[in-house]
Amino acid sequence: MADYFSQYLWTWLAYLLAAIIHCALLIQVGALGALVFIWAERKVSGRIQDRLGPTRVGGKFGWLQSLADGVKLLTKEDLMPEGADGFLFRIAPYISFCASFAALMALPFSDGWVAVDLNVGVFFILAVLGLEVFGVILAGYSSASKWSLFGAMREAAQVVSYEVPLGMCVVVPVLITGSMDLVDIGQMQQGWFWNWLLFHDPFTFITFWVYFTCALASVNRAPFDLAEAESELVAGFHTEYSGIRWSYFFMAEYSSMFAVSGLAAILFFGGWNGPIPITSIFGLTHENHAVLGYIGNFLGMLNFIGKCTLGVLFMMWVRWTLPRLRIDQVMKLCLKYCVPIAAVMFLGATVWTFLLPGGVGLRSVPYGMRYKTAPSAGEKPPIDAVAVETVAVKGE
Amino acid sequence: MDAINWHSFFFLLFALVACVFAVAVVASSNIVRMAFHLIVSLGATAGLFFLAGADFVGAMQLMIYVGGTLVLLVFGVMLTAQGPFINMKTGGGDWILAFLVSGCLLALLIPAAFSVEAWREGDTRSAAVEPTATPIGMGLLGVRVDKLDADTPHGMERGMSSYLLPFEIVSVHLLVVLVGAAYLARTKRRRVET
Repeated sequence: MADYFSQYLWTWLAYLLAAIIHCALLIQVGALGALVFIWAERKVSGRIQDRLGPTRVGGKFGWLQSLADGVKLLTKEDLMPEGADGFLFRIAPYISFCASFAALMALPFSDGWVAVDLNVGVFFILAVLGLEVFGVILAGYSSASKWSLFGAMREAAQVVSYEVPLGMCVVVPVLITGSMDLVDIGQMQQGWFWNWLLFHDPFTFITFWVYFTCALASVNRAPFDLAEAESELVAGFHTEYSGIRWSYFFMAEYSSMFAVSGLAAILFFGGWNGPIPITSIFGLTHENHAVLGYIGNFLGMLNFIGKCTLGVLFMMWVRWTLPRLRIDQVMKLCLKYCVPIAAVMFLGATVWTFLLPGGVGLRSVPYGMRYKTAPSAGEKPPIDAVAVETVAVKGE
Repeated sequence: MDAINWHSFFFLLFALVACVFAVAVVASSNIVRMAFHLIVSLGATAGLFFLAGADFVGAMQLMIYVGGTLVLLVFGVMLTAQGPFINMKTGGGDWILAFLVSGCLLALLIPAAFSVEAWREGDTRSAAVEPTATPIGMGLLGVRVDKLDADTPHGMERGMSSYLLPFEIVSVHLLVVLVGAAYLARTKRRRVET
């Protein structure tokens, strides 16, 4: 895109423009996503708990409500308590928002459609999502309010312990596919839905549920919303926030929900490769024509966003169904259930891929091998291929 | 005007941010503010790693230092704080000692940095950035893919001079630290009970 603009503009301006367009597109995922998801949250909670919700705003199905919310939040006075640490209080919402935005940066939306194609994408997303906590902790600490401080302490304890099982769950798909590149992992699950890693073996199936539980806890959603706990702590860490700063926390929450659902979709549900391989059935691939490939990629993106939305809706369903856990129950669930189960699943998946690399008859070629094509003559083979060869020679 | 070297630009930006906030850590007296400045400084260092193509090391920096260590630090402050915002005063002796130690380190680092041949030639061509995760991972497993052709110490296979032994030593060391910490915590509790 920068090259295209540089035909008409100075190069530095072209690069800046291209960067701004990319950033704006990604921010829209967070901001518009929050708008839609808050509307959906109201609808879902209304249906599940038989509530009426806001009834005065018009629009079909009340879609104007989140717009009205947005206008209200923009025009609201931005308050700060007298005893607060002003600098940290002001900057905390931006830390949360930046962290969840940075996670979207490494999340591929379709084959190759990713802002920054990192070869350690999974790891990067986990690392950056862990930073979101810091905004919450700083917000709680700098508000000079006991409710906020309690909320922040609970959040710190919870997130630090849930990162352990979350990381273990994420390692299982990485182990099976032999790659930490999210685009690679997504592409390896091409085809019908039985190619999804969820159905690779019974261990990955259970791993997904553990992952989902830990992801719920790490993005602070009910039943793990102890940091907010509006029935105990007023509003937890954001008690003292109002107006646009408060809404940054909410945008951060919804976009990190989207990010963990997206990670789940890529790691376990084939990413942009649907339950039915529509794009390859109708020949919408780059091999046939560039435009057809583009259409196929676009359908893949819709598919991926659909899966993410399903994940977010599932989180809402859980939120409005289950009561909030106590802090000791949260810790017990993490340390006594999630960590051991994740560890056993990791061992099981290792043994399974060692003994049955092709799965139970559905796949003839193991995941790691299928995607990598043989290098053409004269081309330098990839660096890990060299390594595998060396090991093989040693074994003889 | 149309040939900005973006690599140098971002390098200078990140380096400047890292240095300024490192100084701010020393200069501020509020612990939580210090932690915040440290986050920005370490985050900028992670940015430098990303700029150098070391994605894995950069992500590791974010995960361990920023996401883990500093969160625990602020958590500890919140658990133990008596008043709302604690201030730490640094005494004169501490300043002198700190300047002595950090000055020695700086005096060591600067000649080392300037002695690297490749950095003095003023070569501004952007170097090829290669992903580093695979070599590091294979190195930990025992295969140095970057040194396959190099001579290895006596009695080892070709390309097998690896990080496996240092890695094991570090993990055993960490295990000892954990056991020690658990032991200290346990003995203190027993003393309270009796």
